[in-house]
Amino acid sequence: MEFGPHLFLATLEGAIGAAVLALMAVGLSIVFGIMRVVNVAHGEFYMLGAVIAWWITSLIGGHPAYGFLAALIVAPLIVGLIAALADHLVLRRINYDPERTIVATIGLLYVLQQLTLMTFGADARPVEAPFNKRLALPWFENGADGLAMYWPWGLSTTTYKLAVIVAAIVVLVALWLLMTKTRAGLIMRATQLNRDMALAHGIPVEKVYALVFGLGAAIAALAAVLVVPIQQAHYLMGGDPLLLSFIVVIIGGLGSIPGTIVAAILIGMSDGIISVFFSPTLAKILATLLVAFVLIFRPQGLFGKRIS
Amino acid sequence: MSGSITTPTNNKAKALGLHLLIIGVLAASFLILPDYHSGIIARVLILAIYAMGYNLLFGYTGLLSLGHALFFASGMYGLGLAMQYLHVSPLIGLIAGLGFAAFVSAVVGFLALRTAGVAFMIVTLMFAQAGYLTILLLGEYTRGDEGFVIKQSQRIVAGFDLTNATNRYYVSVLLFAISLLLIGWIVQSGFGKTLVAIRENEERARMLGYNVQLHKWLAVVISGTMSGSAGAAYALLFGYVGGTFATVQYSIFPLLYVLLGGAGTTIGPLIGALFMFYLIDISSQFTSAYLLVAGVALILLTLFAPQGLAGIVRKRVIRWLP
Amino acid sequence: MTNTKDAPLQPNRRRALKTLAAGAGTIAAAGMLPGLPGYSQAHSAEPIRIGFQVHRTGIGAAYGRWYDRTTEACVAKINAEGGINGRPIEIVAEDDGTDPKRGAEVVEKFASQHNCDVSFGTLFSHVVYGSAPRAGELKMPYFVVSEGHHVASGKLNRYTLQPGITDVKSQVQAMAPFIADNLGKKVTMIFPDFAFGHDHRDYFSAAFEAQGGTILEKIAIPPTETSFTKYFPKIPRDTEVIYHVMVGPAVLTFVKEMGEFFGPSSPEIFGFIDSLEAVDMASPGLEFLEGSYLWEGHPRYAQENQSEFDKAYREAVGVDENGASISDSKDVSTYAHMFGCWETLHIIKAGMESADYKTTADRAKLIEAVEAMTDMPHSHAHPQGAKVFNGKTHQTFGHQYISKVSGGKLVLAHTTSIEDTLYEDEVDYTQQSF
Repeated sequence: MEFGPHLFLATLEGAIGAAVLALMAVGLSIVFGIMRVVNVAHGEFYMLGAVIAWWITSLIGGHPAYGFLAALIVAPLIVGLIAALADHLVLRRINYDPERTIVATIGLLYVLQQLTLMTFGADARPVEAPFNKRLALPWFENGADGLAMYWPWGLSTTTYKLAVIVAAIVVLVALWLLMTKTRAGLIMRATQLNRDMALAHGIPVEKVYALVFGLGAAIAALAAVLVVPIQQAHYLMGGDPLLLSFIVVIIGGLGSIPGTIVAAILIGMSDGIISVFFSPTLAKILATLLVAFVLIFRPQGLFGKRIS
Repeated sequence: MSGSITTPTNNKAKALGLHLLIIGVLAASFLILPDYHSGIIARVLILAIYAMGYNLLFGYTGLLSLGHALFFASGMYGLGLAMQYLHVSPLIGLIAGLGFAAFVSAVVGFLALRTAGVAFMIVTLMFAQAGYLTILLLGEYTRGDEGFVIKQSQRIVAGFDLTNATNRYYVSVLLFAISLLLIGWIVQSGFGKTLVAIRENEERARMLGYNVQLHKWLAVVISGTMSGSAGAAYALLFGYVGGTFATVQYSIFPLLYVLLGGAGTTIGPLIGALFMFYLIDISSQFTSAYLLVAGVALILLTLFAPQGLAGIVRKRVIRWLP
Repeated sequence: MTNTKDAPLQPNRRRALKTLAAGAGTIAAAGMLPGLPGYSQAHSAEPIRIGFQVHRTGIGAAYGRWYDRTTEACVAKINAEGGINGRPIEIVAEDDGTDPKRGAEVVEKFASQHNCDVSFGTLFSHVVYGSAPRAGELKMPYFVVSEGHHVASGKLNRYTLQPGITDVKSQVQAMAPFIADNLGKKVTMIFPDFAFGHDHRDYFSAAFEAQGGTILEKIAIPPTETSFTKYFPKIPRDTEVIYHVMVGPAVLTFVKEMGEFFGPSSPEIFGFIDSLEAVDMASPGLEFLEGSYLWEGHPRYAQENQSEFDKAYREAVGVDENGASISDSKDVSTYAHMFGCWETLHIIKAGMESADYKTTADRAKLIEAVEAMTDMPHSHAHPQGAKVFNGKTHQTFGHQYISKVSGGKLVLAHTTSIEDTLYEDEVDYTQQSF
């Protein structure tokens, strides 16, 4: 394929990756920002979202859109409840100690993975997209008779992939409104700023924490429902998205939601664009080192304030 | 990780005595342990060396790395590639492994220490991930994920057959003993005390005139080299070199061992490695869902033994535990 | 070398009870199946213990489940027919987590704790590599069912054998003539960037160039990748055939995105079923494979000319004519590989009987007996087809199948000869001492 269309296609693919990553990472970022804990099981909440989506769509017959819509609502709810329960049973009791939370959520990761293997099984299972039409994309070239439009071989995307980008933007805007314009958002931000002060003002911090932990997990599950018609549900699918979103959260600057979104776009896009210029594995190595060097030269992340 | 540290001279002697006792018990156990368990202990001791290296950085210096698999794999491939392609003897191979791990940790330490906290976690994670992908990229030599075997005939040092069960056991006890005594000595030394001071309050350590950056860098290099020595020893004693050992999972293992056993204690890594191995090995006899058992056990431990197993001992029984 | 400390004998009472119980079982079985040979000359009813290294968790779990079922079915069959030398087989299964370190530990466990006679069943190559050195040191016969080229390449040891499944080198080179003659001469290869993919890259390109074909591009994809569209522009325009061998859970995405990339104007496509083992051909996205060709180790769908052996094997394992579980049509088998467990167990039986295997002291005799095997005719013991075993390289050779996707099913289009799969020996394990 010619360079121009190739770069365009890679950018488009990068944008789809970035959209899903942004959602997933924002879920982690909220938890990180407000509760100051690393949730290693975040990837498993994502996985659960995909698996539950498969389960719901296989229960509901008829047009695939019915099952998908149901999954879009039910999967995040179930996953959010599971997460809130985990918070109530475990994290609350270890007082959100950062190191103990890491071990406890690794334990949770094992538990969720094994339970999924025992019930859902080891196979990768597909979910049909509610709609999926291939769209050939045009390209412009300055040829003998001026600027001409043509349809390069292979330059295409699908309606569903574009819809994922739109859906991610809608969810992110809704989340931003929730955090900035509502009372619930105000309470969360107050808890983030100063836990003790929030307690003193009668904010039920424990409930807020359970809610935040559940919300973070629900967003991851939502990202998974969106992605599962493109990829498939599999019990080990949580690992890589966890690492990526973890990276995004740090690069964005801890707990900064705009930073997280910008970082997701940067990392998702660079993954696509670097692949144009190098062999695939080398491209992955370079993208990985890029992240390392961004942090080496800007340890507080792109949007974080330097903490002494 | 509570801070107050008092070390009269007799505590030093007690600590040395404890370490020698552990080494003695390990050496004597071979005579009574059934075959299977002596084979396993040999392996667990190598993993404990890995975790001890990790613990120096995490438990004593307070730097949480998520990329130690890179150092483990550097030692492993340093030895493995030298023996496979340069046909060097195991001893030279061991030196190659240690040298390569030291080099990699020096470079990674130099770069990663420009960051701290979570950024340090990510930078080390990224370097390790790049290392793993490089092993895949150079598949022609490393054989990627599949790895390669170091032949039995190559694993003989001056007529001393490392593939023999007895020899293997005592070599791993020897390597473990060296590492344990070295760590015991380091943490009691002025250097080790400075590391703990940095962990407790970096700003104060700096104001007291310590070169914090240099101390941290040395900690990374010693930690990485010790972890690399475990990788090299694993390849030599068990005859296999493979990319799996460079994956994230293998960076998480020493963190788990150390947190379970007790961060910032010299014997914690051994306890954690032993505990984790037998937890999985024994539960797998009863159920194929042993990960479930392991997961629940981890959660229970964080609930009821937050300082790790050795941490409880230090808190309740032996307050001078090093 | 570890014999200095042989595990203590079991207490006599327990041993006697066990013998009694096994004996009672044997008598009961013999009562139900009168007239079967094997029982009259039974030396002892102490079971033959076979350590089964199985991928129950980790990335190999989908394969592990079917390796498990095939093994269970085969052991039930062999035991019903009188076991090995009149002794029943007892399977001791241990999960290796699809991890080379745990794999080695499991082999140790078979040898020293479970007192197994032999070990068997590993699929993933890195687990084979991690475990084989320990098997060799423990002098534990290790029968792998992995299709890796590791055994025949000479990198392992005298105690490691692969008699029940062909290796990737022979599979791949046997595809070259078919592709060159029927699909096209200009190929672009897409494969995972690890050792299994590199074997495909190296052995196929050599064999294909020998057929006068050209490899236009070799696209290695990092194994952690979950989206593929961005790599497809690297496929040259003049590609006539795409050769793909992606593995892992992301493979459906791969096929789907390839379909969306090419749209209506796609080149010929040839792939390895490894990608789609345990995946329903009716899955959304796979319609794009309609009309393309796939290598199969053993045809998943019952073919028109199905042999009586395949029929009996299919029934015994509990697989329907579409290659799915009889009890759940969504539970698709790993049909192209799992026959290897069935055939390997029959070879262990044949080897033990010809070596008159009695105790673990006869392990070397067992290896020699298997090394002496050559022709293995198409039979109930070898339902996948006839095979030729090479005792020097410890590797078996057999027919390969190429199927066309038609109407969402796999229809056999070509069967290669065994000669197509042969290559020069790279090792002679019989020269190594025990």
